[in-house]
Amino acid sequence: MLAHSLNIITGHAGQISLGHAAFFGIGAYTSAMLYTGAGFPFWISVPMAAVVAGVVGALLGIPCLRVRDDFLAITTMGINFVVEAIFLYIPFFGGAMGIGGINLPKWFGREMTKPEYFILILAVFFLLILLDRRTGRSWIGLAWASIREDEQAAGAMGVDVVRFKVLAFILGSAIAGLAGGFYAHFLTFIMPQNFGFGQSIAVLSMVVFGGIGTRWGPIIGAIILGILPEVSRPIMEYRILIYGVLLLAMMRFQPGGLLGSESILPKVFRRTAYRLSSSE
Amino acid sequence: MALLEVAALSKEFDGLRALDGVSFTAEGGEILGIIGPNGAGKTTLFNLISGIYPSSAGEINFQGKSILGMKTHQISGLGIGRTFQIVRPFQNLDVETNVLVAFGHRFYPSLWKSTGPFRQPEIVKEVQKLIERAGLGPYAKQIAKSLPLGFKKRLEIARALALNPRLLLLDEPSAGLRFEESAQLMELIRQVRDQGIGVLLIEHNMQVVMDLCKRIVVLDHGSKIAEGSPEEIRSNPLVIQAYLGKEV
Repeated sequence: MLAHSLNIITGHAGQISLGHAAFFGIGAYTSAMLYTGAGFPFWISVPMAAVVAGVVGALLGIPCLRVRDDFLAITTMGINFVVEAIFLYIPFFGGAMGIGGINLPKWFGREMTKPEYFILILAVFFLLILLDRRTGRSWIGLAWASIREDEQAAGAMGVDVVRFKVLAFILGSAIAGLAGGFYAHFLTFIMPQNFGFGQSIAVLSMVVFGGIGTRWGPIIGAIILGILPEVSRPIMEYRILIYGVLLLAMMRFQPGGLLGSESILPKVFRRTAYRLSSSE
Repeated sequence: MALLEVAALSKEFDGLRALDGVSFTAEGGEILGIIGPNGAGKTTLFNLISGIYPSSAGEINFQGKSILGMKTHQISGLGIGRTFQIVRPFQNLDVETNVLVAFGHRFYPSLWKSTGPFRQPEIVKEVQKLIERAGLGPYAKQIAKSLPLGFKKRLEIARALALNPRLLLLDEPSAGLRFEESAQLMELIRQVRDQGIGVLLIEHNMQVVMDLCKRIVVLDHGSKIAEGSPEEIRSNPLVIQAYLGKEV
């Protein structure tokens, strides 16, 4: 879900963000604090997480989007460090100890089981995919595509570049916040380290790995890169190394990602489909 | 009232005067040629009119209203379309989608409207008409970057026409084209003019300029050094000097 939200910013609108975990964290903390501190139920705290992350995304996005490319990457990276530091050093946020005691949501008068919760997340995620599909076919999606291709030309064609960039940033941040809220309730315990720069890089890797700008790519990337560390537990020490080699190999051989337009997977798929249809 | 009125327009880049007090007017249904040696400030002039750079001093009025300080997208929304010296289609989108982007200016301003799907039958029909007119009919579904240069240039014009402009800024449309390609492009530009749209044409190919334009403005080192009919420009000593240098 987080990978998917970054795909909106980087994949659709072409803006690089290296600080996505910050919004993920903001969502998780908002939800956790509303839940444990203010006593709001899950069903309010999680949507609030999306709203708060979206608002912060807007506030931070407006100055950030004045810079481009490499500078944007560094600025967003900075945001990530600042947000992590705020969580870590301000006692209000629980400091290094994090926040605990976040429970799974209740429904029908009892607490949800983990599988039930997982299904809920899948359902929400499914809705988000539908939303993404719709957005992709809308004028907003078209405007994003034009900005990704050529900002100046997009402006000359009547696209309000700044507005649509901020919109992508808000939407991406809000969904990251939503993901953060779900994440907090899943882990039941959060701490600042969960939302550091490393997490941002991991998420960006998922998006790049699966296929930037594609709908299913980030999901596949997230599944593979999410499971990989678990599977490779026996070779724990080399995990990061393998990660790196994998990404390098992707960059070298499949720069569009697994599901990118230049990738072999869809090509093989199309060829098989063609063969099947012609053999009939 | 002139369609476009530029008065005492100047632009400085860190102390370098790229444009120095340039004034002229342009009318609808007329092709105004803008010529001058390299670095004369022609493209800078276009970038000022289309709002890509802010100007340092002067006035730009479009249909009697000042467009100074407006953003690029607002200016294009008012009806000033442009092409780029180095072609800039949306490379990874197909021809049809490229043109569709320019139709969006009717929808983008409203957040609610812009959530609607962009492939609406009546708009696609209009897009196809424009593509047809630009001679790109058979290539509607081709990705822009796979087109030859001449087609890309026509695509850029089609895209600019989709804004339903009153004024079109064309930056060296014939540069890099073969003779036939360039001739086809000129025919398209003539059609645009006959439709009543004003055209500002930056061009290095004198043959083309003399052919198409009734009036020509000559820039050199950021200043206007001459204005007049092709005949007047051809015999103007200042222009000859700017292009060929002073006799020793």
